[in-house]
Amino acid sequence: MKPRSLGLNAVSLLAMLFLYGPIIVLVLYSFNAAHLSMTWRGVTLKWYAALWHDEALLAATVNSLFIALVSTVGATGLGGLLALGMEQMPHRRQQTLEGGLVLPLVIPEVMMGVALMLLFVTVHVPLGLTTVILGHIVFNIPLVTIMIRTRLRKLDPMLREAAADLGADSWQVFRYVTLPLLRPAIWGAVLVAFTVSLDDFLVTFFTAGPGATTLPLKVYSMIKSGVTPEINALSALLLVVSMIGVAGSLYLQRREV
Amino acid sequence: MPPDDVAHITPTAQDSCRSCWLAVPGLLWMILFFLVPLLLVLAISFASRGTYGGIVWEFTWANYLDLLHPLYGKILVQSLCYATVTTAICFLLGFPLAYVIARSPARWQPVLLLLVMLPFWTNFLVRTYAWMILLRHDGLANHLLLALGLITEPLELLYTPTAVVIGLVYGYLPFMVLPLYVAVERLDPVLVEAAWDLYASRWAVLTRVVVPLTMPGIVGGCILVFIPSIGSFITPDLLGGARSMMIGNLIQHEYLVVRDWPLGSAVSFVLMGIVMAAVVLYYRRATPGDGPLEGR
Repeated sequence: MKPRSLGLNAVSLLAMLFLYGPIIVLVLYSFNAAHLSMTWRGVTLKWYAALWHDEALLAATVNSLFIALVSTVGATGLGGLLALGMEQMPHRRQQTLEGGLVLPLVIPEVMMGVALMLLFVTVHVPLGLTTVILGHIVFNIPLVTIMIRTRLRKLDPMLREAAADLGADSWQVFRYVTLPLLRPAIWGAVLVAFTVSLDDFLVTFFTAGPGATTLPLKVYSMIKSGVTPEINALSALLLVVSMIGVAGSLYLQRREV
Repeated sequence: MPPDDVAHITPTAQDSCRSCWLAVPGLLWMILFFLVPLLLVLAISFASRGTYGGIVWEFTWANYLDLLHPLYGKILVQSLCYATVTTAICFLLGFPLAYVIARSPARWQPVLLLLVMLPFWTNFLVRTYAWMILLRHDGLANHLLLALGLITEPLELLYTPTAVVIGLVYGYLPFMVLPLYVAVERLDPVLVEAAWDLYASRWAVLTRVVVPLTMPGIVGGCILVFIPSIGSFITPDLLGGARSMMIGNLIQHEYLVVRDWPLGSAVSFVLMGIVMAAVVLYYRRATPGDGPLEGR
């Protein structure tokens, strides 16, 4: 085709550099022996070691993992059933519900956070781990439902019809046909929900009470009190964990039925 | 809404709704913990503030009228400016990127798209923090500029509006690239070629062929960047100074610092109004199915 434009490629390269530069710098500097400056003083693992001995950080990690685990299980169950139930509804209602499910994903997270906080305060539920989990399930249900619905729509209806024709009742059709076909999507949804929950800051920020500090809340308060090499190390770890989660989820979703 | 959905309905779906009840627990959850809280915020935005920060249930428009005060008005306008500038920069960076990806060999396209999306899926706090390291007084950006001889002494980059916009562009660039990629991919190269054959200038090819034909993607991408930008909290909180507050920071400030819940609720609903207007625009103008949720 055209005069291959060099400019176009240059800007794309710049954009990619822009996307990855900061991340790479962050990871590199988490190994920098220098304490506060940007000058390179050799490779060290001491900042990672320091993290390991930070009791508060470990407690926050445990909280985060617990919240992510429970909210993922809850959201996958509720969201998965929602997807299955929706599929049987009249087309119109499906569209309405789908529109409604997009809402939690587009409204500003700050707003979701304050709204939940107001609810809990109004009905006198003390803020803590439980309120955080309830909130995380709220933003994870739409994610799970949409992901599982995407897969459900791609399934060949003939497969289920064939099973029914061969005498399977609706439970057997679900158990032996639909569920195995949905499995990659379900695991994909689990990984996404887990990652999103682990990474969430704003909803947690407004719904967590004392004793419910999560990893992002801890990172936030550390950043607020000043840039330190420990945060670099912690950040680098979090980056790697979420990248693995996403890569895993994508792998599961892309796998052919 | 995609019209081709009808084709996906299974025959069994139409005749019965025996398993519809499966949706009930999930829906109840969303009503109880999403819809009800939103309505509560709406109700409180029309209530007044008690002497000690509590809520007095008396109907009033006062909270919304208060927002006309220059102090709040300034934050509102400032947020709209940041979000608009962010959207524009994302477009200028994202369009060439999307174009190059869509015109690269087919087997590379998914890989390149994944590379664009991957940072988006990492912790937002951490990504914002990365910019704090780069932009601070003795950060890498200043080191680099000094070494290149472009400046003689370090610039104040962090805690400025510029830092906020950089952070927002960084955070939401992937939202621009995806819909643009879809639009460019659908654009028939033959049309562009025809324009060249008819001796159109570079500028004419761009403005009279490429841009008009990819308009749905452009509008979609711009709205998808604008929505999270206008509602952001972390970026202005960490990268902006006290004077670069955005609506999200104002909400947090009213709720947690001033403890004026009615006013905070009114601000929330103004923000929600802006976002909903953008969402409606998105579903009206953009091609359906280009959202960031596809292909997750």
